[in-house]
Amino acid sequence: MSARVLVTTAIGAAALSLFVLLFVVLPRYYGRQPQRAPGMTAAAASAPAAPAPPGRKIKAHLYYVSEDGMRLTRVERDIPYGEGSVDQAREIVVAQVAAVVDPLVSAIPAGTVLRAVFVTDKGEAFVDLSKDIVTAHPGGTLNELLTVYTIVNVITDNLPAVTSVQLLVDGKEVETLAGHVDLRRPLTKNTAFVEEQGSKSEN
Amino acid sequence: MLSRDGRRPLALALVGDQEFVALDDLAATFQLAVQESLGAVTVSYKGKTIVLTPDQTLASVAGRLISLPAPPTRQGRRWLVPVEFISRALAPIYDTHLELRKPSRLLIVGDYRVPRVGARYDAVGPAGRLTIDATPRTNSTVSQDGDRITIRFDGDALDVASPLLPPQTPPSLVTGIHVVEPVAIVVDLVPHFGGFKAAAQPLENTMRLIVDIAPPVQTEPAATAPTAPPPSVTTPELPPSFGAPAIPLRTITIDAGHGGEDEGAKGAGGAKEKDLALAVARRIRTAIEARLGVRVLLTRDDDRNIPLDERTALANNNKADLFVSIHANASMRKTVSGAAIFVAAFDKDTARSAGLGAPERVPAFGGGLRDIEMIPWDLAQIRHVQQSSAFATLLQAQFRDHVPLSAHPAELAPLRVLESANMPAVLIELGYLSNPEQEKLLTGDAFQSAFVQALTEAVVRYRESLQNGGTR
Repeated sequence: MSARVLVTTAIGAAALSLFVLLFVVLPRYYGRQPQRAPGMTAAAASAPAAPAPPGRKIKAHLYYVSEDGMRLTRVERDIPYGEGSVDQAREIVVAQVAAVVDPLVSAIPAGTVLRAVFVTDKGEAFVDLSKDIVTAHPGGTLNELLTVYTIVNVITDNLPAVTSVQLLVDGKEVETLAGHVDLRRPLTKNTAFVEEQGSKSEN
Repeated sequence: MLSRDGRRPLALALVGDQEFVALDDLAATFQLAVQESLGAVTVSYKGKTIVLTPDQTLASVAGRLISLPAPPTRQGRRWLVPVEFISRALAPIYDTHLELRKPSRLLIVGDYRVPRVGARYDAVGPAGRLTIDATPRTNSTVSQDGDRITIRFDGDALDVASPLLPPQTPPSLVTGIHVVEPVAIVVDLVPHFGGFKAAAQPLENTMRLIVDIAPPVQTEPAATAPTAPPPSVTTPELPPSFGAPAIPLRTITIDAGHGGEDEGAKGAGGAKEKDLALAVARRIRTAIEARLGVRVLLTRDDDRNIPLDERTALANNNKADLFVSIHANASMRKTVSGAAIFVAAFDKDTARSAGLGAPERVPAFGGGLRDIEMIPWDLAQIRHVQQSSAFATLLQAQFRDHVPLSAHPAELAPLRVLESANMPAVLIELGYLSNPEQEKLLTGDAFQSAFVQALTEAVVRYRESLQNGGTR
């Protein structure tokens, strides 16, 4: 009888530790959010950042409209460090969609805010932006391409583990932002719409 | 009003912008009982009731609420109700089908086939083309009697656009057009016209009848048959055609971008992309039909929004040989200017998955594409990218001296409207509405004429390339 209790307890304890290992320790160790999940709010933009030394910064390349207005230009910036790819992706997009001052011009419509970022094991990122990116968009194929590739490139450029990005608007998949660029599938980095010369440092 | 007893008028009163009809007129026509009590007007028909409240746009119809564009109003001793009362309140409780066609001021009582009919005439060189649309789809027969042709529709009556044929700028081969009750249209043509050829073509909900009319034969009558020679042979300014029997280019779809609520880009001076695109698309249709004699379909011929899939579906279903989408650009920087031509681009992964086991046949560098059959419909363009690029190159060459080009005049991008086109397809951005100088230029006649002429020339060259063996 007591041996049976002992065996049961041992099995229970083993199961519990496996559970802890699987669902608490490992995810923390890898700093991952749960899997591919449009619709999940785990990584909402307002969530507190993962524990990191306060003020720690990394260098990232952000994308703005080039002087000739026809391409994106890379600008090096210090942005807050994020623990793991999801937090880092969030910091990058928050910095990218923030309002800019002259002479920089952003291809992201003013007022657009990040709602959430998800990253899957397959290296796809889902970037959920507020609907301002649609309602405040001035239209035009080139404009829309620059808006879309600002987000796609800023993530794939700075987070090599992410190979493709799909934009969501207000939590939903969309066909296009302004009637031109197909957003039904994740898009890979595209350097055709980026200026050829090296990046500029303006910090 | 059109019913079993024929046509008869129904008096309308205009209050403000709203058309009203007198309730007692309706009561007499439709055997309705009207009662007024406790500040409400009750209309009943065979045990079902409509309750109207003065100054209220909501009405109760057999217990369900409906809304009217204006409240019922009293005029002297009569009650007036908005004409929409007929379709929204009376139709649901009436035992005979009621259909109110407000634009044509027609009320159809009963199940009758009353197609809406409109016509258009285009000069095609010395020849002419009469296009007659009947909606919903209605078959018709065409017969000739001397210098007039009669088109008889398979219906009970006609709902004819006013005017049936927009006024013509002479010379036109059509000298008059009128309706002969109940279901025929008679077209008067110039004396001794050279014959006609009619073909019907279903378009969504419309049946389009295209009547090609040959000009009078002035020299000795070589052609005695009543059929016109194909327009491509009669057009005068055509460059010499190679091997006339092969017609590699029969149909072109022109897509006017945006429309309706989707206005597209806007200029500071008030120009809207949707209007500019439609105006240019219409010019292209006229020019290409006249110059090449091929069929040109517009994805929209008025100000309404059409889903992107439907635009390419129209081209695919009509087996178009070329798809050209017309847009105007915008930039965050006001100085950007110039036209650009876009061809669809696909990510490697997408292209590979579309090949479904035959990735080596993805059209990166062409060849042997015919045996790929399993391509998802929304990626149909994958098979045509090379040919699309070839057409884009011809366009760019023709634009060079006539249309200001952007610093990047040829672009590849994952554009939604091109991806499902199952034929060579390009999207052309005319220029930048965000640039005030460009806005003025693009909306002007000189630019539009030059653009349309250059595009037409490119299509001529494209057809020649196909006739010379091409890469098809």
